[in-house]
Amino acid sequence: MKFFNQNKILNLSFRSQKIILIFFLLILSIGLFEALVLSPEDYLQGDAVRIMYVHVPAAWMSLGIFSFIAFLSVLVFIFKNKNFILIAKSIAPSGFIFNIIALVTGSIWGRPTWGTWWAWDARITSMLILALFYLMYLMAWRIFENKNYVLKVTSFIAIFGSINVPIVKFSVDWWSTLHQPSSVNLISKTTIHSSMLIPLSIMTAAFVLFSLLIFLMKYNTELIKIKNKGLDRL
Amino acid sequence: MIYNFLNMDGYGLYVFSSFIFTLVSFAGLYLIIKSQLIKEQKKFKAKFGSLTVDKVSAARAQKTNKEILAAGIFSKI
Repeated sequence: MKFFNQNKILNLSFRSQKIILIFFLLILSIGLFEALVLSPEDYLQGDAVRIMYVHVPAAWMSLGIFSFIAFLSVLVFIFKNKNFILIAKSIAPSGFIFNIIALVTGSIWGRPTWGTWWAWDARITSMLILALFYLMYLMAWRIFENKNYVLKVTSFIAIFGSINVPIVKFSVDWWSTLHQPSSVNLISKTTIHSSMLIPLSIMTAAFVLFSLLIFLMKYNTELIKIKNKGLDRL
Repeated sequence: MIYNFLNMDGYGLYVFSSFIFTLVSFAGLYLIIKSQLIKEQKKFKAKFGSLTVDKVSAARAQKTNKEILAAGIFSKI
């Protein structure tokens, strides 16, 4: 549990924020150059495929972050360590933004490829449901003032909402949807060419760094809020 | 050449609007979180500054306050 010591994380985050911001901007610049200039166009979709370099990492990140929030919420009940919920709260805003980016860029990508901005297919609908869970999670922190109650409500939303995560992931396999099956796989063979996989990986790295940066800033804000309340009690 | 790059065989509007939306969302979230952080830091600074000598030493003894002060953000405190 020492690893999750608030003071250590606070101290570390103060020092690392600028470094992460510089790394993020550097990797994002390389990623944008790769995605918009160097990567080839698709033989079917043409240049529209470049939307993939923001859409796919955003979707991955939103799914990953929500899973992490749900995992932390379970840990809160097991270890009774409220610092986990503070970490979950701090990482949620970036997850929500990634979810919105995935929905909006997916809608923009749908227009030239499918001829429609929106379709109620399994993948898109389940991603919209995930966005609603994110929204409920973030709103719960604003609405409820009782600490114990908000902890229970947000944990319930995260754990209950995590049921939707595998539905999003496997929706393209379980139902007939407009979405193509996954091209990048950890277990089975990846079907995407390296000329597209490299910019996709770089953009994903940039998104991870952005998420980390936002998390550290938000975590610091939450800790200082706690200390402000502590000063009021002196 | 620049026109071809921006046009992207007719897909330029879709591609660039996606990238611009992403970057604007990033910038927006960064600025919101940054402003929240600065607001809380200012509150902390004001509250810490208004404490009496005894209370200041009590607050300084709190570990997290030590860390915040050591980070150099509140140099005037």
